[in-house]
Amino acid sequence: MGQPGSAPQSAAWAPTAGRRPRFAGVWRSLLAGAPLLLVWWLVYRRLAPFAAWVTYQVLSLKPGRLAGAAEFFLFETPKVLLLLVLVVFGVGVIRSFFTPEKTRQILAGKRESVGNLLAAGLGVVTPFCSCSAVPLFLGFVTSGVPLGVTFSFLISAPMVNEVALVLLFGLFGWKVAALYAGTGLMIAIVAGWTIGRLHMEGHVEPWVYSGPVAGQTQPGVRMEWAERLRYGRDAVREIVGKVWPFVLAGIAVGAGIHGYVPEGFMASIMGKGVWWSVPLAVLIGIPMYSNAAGIIPVVQALLAKGAALGTVLAFMMSVIGLSLPETIILRKVLKPVLIATFIGVVGLGILIVGYLFNVLL
Amino acid sequence: MMKIKVYGPGCARCKQTEEIVWRALSETGTQAEVEKVSDIQALAAAGILMTPAVAVNEVIKVAGRIPKLDEVRAWVSAR
Repeated sequence: MGQPGSAPQSAAWAPTAGRRPRFAGVWRSLLAGAPLLLVWWLVYRRLAPFAAWVTYQVLSLKPGRLAGAAEFFLFETPKVLLLLVLVVFGVGVIRSFFTPEKTRQILAGKRESVGNLLAAGLGVVTPFCSCSAVPLFLGFVTSGVPLGVTFSFLISAPMVNEVALVLLFGLFGWKVAALYAGTGLMIAIVAGWTIGRLHMEGHVEPWVYSGPVAGQTQPGVRMEWAERLRYGRDAVREIVGKVWPFVLAGIAVGAGIHGYVPEGFMASIMGKGVWWSVPLAVLIGIPMYSNAAGIIPVVQALLAKGAALGTVLAFMMSVIGLSLPETIILRKVLKPVLIATFIGVVGLGILIVGYLFNVLL
Repeated sequence: MMKIKVYGPGCARCKQTEEIVWRALSETGTQAEVEKVSDIQALAAAGILMTPAVAVNEVIKVAGRIPKLDEVRAWVSAR
């Protein structure tokens, strides 16, 4: 999913006024941050009893379907939002070290295999928004980043993102989150490498390569720590501010499935034994457009009702990794054959991951 | 005269950015020439990788987000 504006980065170019000692701001912020972190932790720990208390005492619901759904909603919503705030802040601070300009400098002229690896990794930490996919694509390929390497970046940036990882961690635990991150990176590396091997430069719109070479912006002044922390805070305001309605809606749908869909119901449609469930999940997922925040709570509820993990992950990857709006935007610079190849190669990767998880787990 | 360029392919966020620039100019009473750049090749040639972006006298001040009014006021009045 895209994160428009997750990149407050004026500081990369504009010199900052005043010369405070570089670390003074950090210590002050850390001192202010420690009690906040403690409060966060204490609240986080008390969420389960709180949800139960509200459900059975305040709302005085009788144990049953409605109570189950309500408790699920009251527990998951604050939990996911708390996790989001913490991680988006942390990732925001990390991202203040990476700008698309710096990433481009690192990737320009890299050999393919190494380049694909680096590009997929950098895709996770570099601020990216699918609305900027075209200028970014243009800026990358015309300044010497190989086509396949550019694709590795374009695949990993939306698919492996902090919102998806937080939600997976919060709702499924670290193993599933790590599996998702690992296989997502793998798909980005292999798919980008494959597109590079296919030598499809001829299927990029000809004006891209005949146009002027992309300009370079100077890497700019070093940021102060206080600024990086502000960058993190801005990221929280912008990302969490935009994503929370999706989280609420997703968890509400999840709560409904949780309370009212019978156990094992999904096993017949999305279970391990059904071989066509993975391709079907991918086919349904590609044209769907949602961000990780909306889709993951639904995914969790599906799993709880007996859907297989591989099928569900494949569904999720194709929803957030391959989005219709992004491919339509990319049509400006790519000819249909290359777009089809892009979707085909990534879709195939997701398919393999889906089957792999279903077999292994 | 001060030259301001607003880069963006014509999305809602780019329009918002332009509005903020105009507001900052009128609030500070600064005379400036504002140009909207929406051609993708021109964007790439200027080294813009994320939109919206704003340049004041050919120096990129912000890219990838909508600038805050206070920031823009500081750019246009600091001369």
